[in-house]
Amino acid sequence: IAAAPLAMAEATDDQLVVNGDLEIVTQTAAAAHLEGSVDEVFSGWKFRDEGTRAMQMDDFDNPGMIFVDQAREAWAAVEGTEGKSCASCHGEPEDMAGVKAVYPKWNEEAGEVRTLTMQMNDCRTNRMGADAWKYDGGDAVNMDALLSSVSRGMPMNVAIDGPAQSTWELGKELYYTRTGQLELSCANCHEQNYGNYIRADHLSQGQINAFPAYRLKNAKLNGVHNRFKGCVRDTRAETYKEGSPEFIALELYVASRGNGLSVEGPSVRN
Amino acid sequence: MRLTAMTVAAALVAGSALAEPVTPGDVQYDEYGAVAASLTGVAGDPVNGGKIMADKSQGNCIACHAVTALNDAPFHGEVGPMLDGVGGYRTAEELRGIVANAKMTFEDSVMPAFYKTTGFIRPGDAYTGKAAQGELSPLLSAQDIEDVVAFLLTLKD
Ligand code: HEC
Ligand code: HEC
Ligand code: HEC
Repeated sequence: IAAAPLAMAEATDDQLVVNGDLEIVTQTAAAAHLEGSVDEVFSGWKFRDEGTRAMQMDDFDNPGMIFVDQAREAWAAVEGTEGKSCASCHGEPEDMAGVKAVYPKWNEEAGEVRTLTMQMNDCRTNRMGADAWKYDGGDAVNMDALLSSVSRGMPMNVAIDGPAQSTWELGKELYYTRTGQLELSCANCHEQNYGNYIRADHLSQGQINAFPAYRLKNAKLNGVHNRFKGCVRDTRAETYKEGSPEFIALELYVASRGNGLSVEGPSVRN
Repeated sequence: MRLTAMTVAAALVAGSALAEPVTPGDVQYDEYGAVAASLTGVAGDPVNGGKIMADKSQGNCIACHAVTALNDAPFHGEVGPMLDGVGGYRTAEELRGIVANAKMTFEDSVMPAFYKTTGFIRPGDAYTGKAAQGELSPLLSAQDIEDVVAFLLTLKD
């Protein structure tokens, strides 16, 4: 089902430039695998109101950046039985530029698709001898925000072929499955109806290039799985859990729908 | 309701008023998705129907539809067509079918089925995100549907 032609008119023409010089691609041609779905992809920023958009144009106004600073401290903090910090092995957070853009990603050794959160928890448990962070809990989301911030402006480019393909297919199936008593799929709202209002909410394409997202609604950074959970719950369905195989697959699929959009996190949303 | 001689007499005249409403599984849709028979045998109350349509915790129909007559309630959505005038070009039977289960009229419609209790994927316990416990209730009761239909029939240009 093609997107309603009117929908595009509903996205703002404004351009997102952060701190006056970092250009963020918030609208671009859709990846080849989206043929028959949408022609163009849009960041959620394009559908927010002017005030919310403005907050993301300057890091001093972006409340998400406070959590990035907190994560910089965590990056350098020694934890666990091995006496190491992230910095011990990875140097500066800036050395991780580009990593966020390709996650979720197939990990050959583990034989699984890993989200960024899974990867950092693997480093914590297997290399630092520290406890895993709670999936989409504050520590994990803050670190995700730091790793996003050093990749800001780079195009999302997750791989969907090769060994990741079966996970991607599962994610795609979930994206189009109509769940719950309202029988709504991700596509019903974010593919068929982006640009339309659903009650007071202006529907975006539900992209995740801009995560983690600082939401004015709950005044904290929100992770991708957390957002998925809320959307599934709103179909009057039993949700999946953060970190579940289903949400990992869905994250890979939704991330691939945003290929070509810039890494934008931490973003500001309502 | 206090059961007086009057109400009993009225019920007897209406015939089925005190009968059980048609259950979600027993609703008879014709080939176009319309439902000929009232679900309750009790005439719908259009005023209550309008309330149900605007109320977030009931029909919340205006989440998707704009309805000028309900402009007192804020934020009308754009996912479905504007409903002004719908009572002029749709019959009660058609409207009853659309509200009870729009998918019988519009294949694969985004519009939820308001009088259906089975056949869902991962049904939840309302908006808790937890699995549904036991049998589901329909989103609206049989009389709610009749009330909503009565309201929709007042929407004539
Ligand atoms: C003892 C060394 C060590 C420590 C400490 C460590 N890591 Fe790692 N990390 C690695 C190695 C080695 C890899 C590559 C693993 C692989 O690709 O299988 C890696 C991979 C990663 C990746 C993926 C990089 C990519 O290009 O795919 C991320 C993200 C990451 N680490 C984050 C962290 C964070 C956050 C911390 C601290 C909480 C941390 N790491 C602590 C050794 C470490
Ligand atoms: C009933 C409608 C509905 C359904 C179904 C739905 N969403 Fe959403 N979603 C929303 C609304 C409303 C918002 C907030 C406004 C916006 O950004 O679109 C939102 C926001 C999002 C966002 C945040 C986008 C941003 O830029 O901040 C993501 C990601 C998302 N949804 C993904 C999904 C996924 C994946 C599914 C399916 C599992 C899904 N949604 C199902 C209504 C829905
Ligand atoms: C999630 C969105 C959504 C909700 C909620 C919703 N509808 Fe709809 N409705 C639609 C869509 C979309 C259509 C257009 C039919 C189609 O092609 O799917 C529609 C069609 C209709 C029609 C037929 C209009 C015509 O021109 O023939 C009526 C009547 C209607 N809806 C009434 C209601 C009522 C009453 C409620 C609440 C009890 C409601 N709707 C809730 C999305 C919705």
